[in-house]
Amino acid sequence: MNTRNILLFAFVAFLIIFEGMTASWNTALGILNMGLISAILALGVNMQWGYAGLFNVGIVGFVALGGLAPVLIATPPVTEVWTAGGGFRLILALLMGVAIIALAIALNHRLKGRQRVLALLVTLIGGFFLFRAVFDPAVEVVEAFKPATYSNLGGLGLPVLVAWPVGGLLAAGAAWVIGKTALGLRSDYLAIATLGIGEIIIAVMKNEDWLARGVKNVISIPRPVPYEVDLQNSTSFVERAASFGTDPVTASTIVVKLLYAALFTVILLALIWASEKALNSPWGRMMRAIRDNEVAAEAMGKDVTRRHLQIFILGSAICGLAGAMIVTLDSQLTPGTYNPLRFTFLIWVMVIVGGSGNNWGAVLGGFLIWFLWIKVEPWGNGLMDFITSGMADGVIKSHLQDSAAHMRLLTMGLVLLLVLRFSPRGLIPER
Amino acid sequence: MDILNALVALLNFVVIPATSYGAQLALGALGVTLIYGILRFSNFAHGDTMAFGTGMVILFTWWFQSMGIHFGPLPTALLALPFGIALTAGLVLATDKAVYQFYRKQKAAPVILVIVSMGVMFVMNGITRFIIGVDEIRFADGGRFLVNANDFKKSTGLAEGLAFKSTQALTIVAAVIVVALLFWFLNKTRTGKSMRAYSDNEDLALLSGINPERVVKVTWIIAAGLATIAGTLYGLDKSFKAFNYFQLLLPIFASAIVGGLGSPIGAIAGGFLIAFSEVGFTYAWKKVATYVLPESLAPDGLAQLLSTDYKFAVSFAILIVVLLFKPTGLFKGKSV
Repeated sequence: MNTRNILLFAFVAFLIIFEGMTASWNTALGILNMGLISAILALGVNMQWGYAGLFNVGIVGFVALGGLAPVLIATPPVTEVWTAGGGFRLILALLMGVAIIALAIALNHRLKGRQRVLALLVTLIGGFFLFRAVFDPAVEVVEAFKPATYSNLGGLGLPVLVAWPVGGLLAAGAAWVIGKTALGLRSDYLAIATLGIGEIIIAVMKNEDWLARGVKNVISIPRPVPYEVDLQNSTSFVERAASFGTDPVTASTIVVKLLYAALFTVILLALIWASEKALNSPWGRMMRAIRDNEVAAEAMGKDVTRRHLQIFILGSAICGLAGAMIVTLDSQLTPGTYNPLRFTFLIWVMVIVGGSGNNWGAVLGGFLIWFLWIKVEPWGNGLMDFITSGMADGVIKSHLQDSAAHMRLLTMGLVLLLVLRFSPRGLIPER
Repeated sequence: MDILNALVALLNFVVIPATSYGAQLALGALGVTLIYGILRFSNFAHGDTMAFGTGMVILFTWWFQSMGIHFGPLPTALLALPFGIALTAGLVLATDKAVYQFYRKQKAAPVILVIVSMGVMFVMNGITRFIIGVDEIRFADGGRFLVNANDFKKSTGLAEGLAFKSTQALTIVAAVIVVALLFWFLNKTRTGKSMRAYSDNEDLALLSGINPERVVKVTWIIAAGLATIAGTLYGLDKSFKAFNYFQLLLPIFASAIVGGLGSPIGAIAGGFLIAFSEVGFTYAWKKVATYVLPESLAPDGLAQLLSTDYKFAVSFAILIVVLLFKPTGLFKGKSV
């Protein structure tokens, strides 16, 4: 960390504090909290791109998959569904599905030639129908139960903090499957395969109501911090708020946000520490060597594909962790909000603007770009109002004012292209 | 009679929609595969080039309609198509000059170009939304049906109707013409041959005096033309919505890879393979099955393998299988 980098971080801190002093502390803390999570996401993507040169276009999928964890872990189980037998049957069906795929993989390894094709076809097609025969009735039972409030299996009722590492594990599992197929081929193929898995994970989460209610959303997911209402009802809290000269409602929302910020900061610091250690270890040097010259690294006896798989899984797991944190922060899972622009492209802009290959750069990019993302829209509206202020009211004026909302896409795309062209090493370059 | 009914139902719900969708995918995949062959990167901005081109065509269509110009039974959009292609070609050529040329000179790694194309994708997406908005737009006019379901029922006496939309017929005819022209261009003309030479072996082509910048320019123009035609046909057949074109990227890439990146024939075969599998997997086969099977065997449910929400999963699954077993694609693409 040299003076320049410290100044850059101080500048971002100033932006957020300035927002708090001029607008409200509530929005400033909101930006800070999502900024912390964005920094974690950027760290994960930086591992894949900065350390190893892997291009992941499916970040949104891994984030969404991680977001599933709080629902599956922390919400109370819907006992009626389990006692009716639907739940167990559904789990059985899923296990069967896994067994069928495992069998197909085993056959693929054992057999040869025409025999292999035949055996694979029989296993997969027969397995599909068998799976559907067990799965469909179970889903019907589960989804029929109180569709207005449940229609899903519920979770395990464990503390929500347990869900965070589980979110990472879920994303790591998906990353393993994708990495196994697409790594070792041309770099473009990983990009296309991740684009696909991203869309499919979101499609599954939107449509499988038994899993997490689909587009009906899961609300009131348990929180690791106290509720505002409880704080407002506690006399000692109200007294303390009064001694600071604030009203209890504002004080309670700010305290809750600060608690979240503390939790997220702990995780972020732990991750930065671990990634700095890893990057400066023999393992990190090996990774960068592979990135810079795959052929030479392979000649030195490094298993390039295996190392790529390893780091792809690690980076995706961090994205999953961040996904679980986002859902915990919002206390709700809304699959409809996972769009690739917000959760894939924006993270890429963060990493590239911040400085790919440098952990501190990724973190800085996370905070800075998140702040801009939030502020560009009101700025764009203001700019459009200013530009159109001299125009007569009419179609063109209203069209221009409406289209200010799309300025974000354009601005972020331009920022990415300009940084890549003129300062490809980012704000805090790799050492 | 039952067999005939089954055949008509199959034609109506599977063969015709899948063929026109396949033609649209094939045209899209041809553009992707050409760019890959000449410029050697997967162009993520192709979907949004399609959206931009279609948007331009829609603007011209509206303008023509407001002036009272129509194209008889054919959609007015066909008249607007050349103007749309010209504008789109202008945009991609400008993009190439401003963005891609720098990296080509630097001989940047393909993955950098892919990231750059992602940036271009968002800028183009922003421009399209800025110009034409995000709402769903229907711009097909002219005759609606070539074969109407009710007329078909009356004239044949069958229980099943057959509907053949004029946009579907138009898609298929247009795709055949475009593909024929493209292959004639690639195989017979001097420029086309130099493009193929450049794609096969860059150094050798340079040695024999082929001007690389000219090849690149022609490629962009052809890709813009293909993208605009594919996008307009898709928009006429279904409807125009900017986000749908982003989502088409996955099936288009899948088509190009399944056929073998860099192989034009492969792109066409891939497009139809993906389209037929998507429709086949998501169609509810109950109707056809009840006609063909004896009553005792008729299915209780819809006999639908996957819900239509998962149609992208089908192209993805095919993509994965191809990557696992035959990464160069069915028609020996350029590289692994």
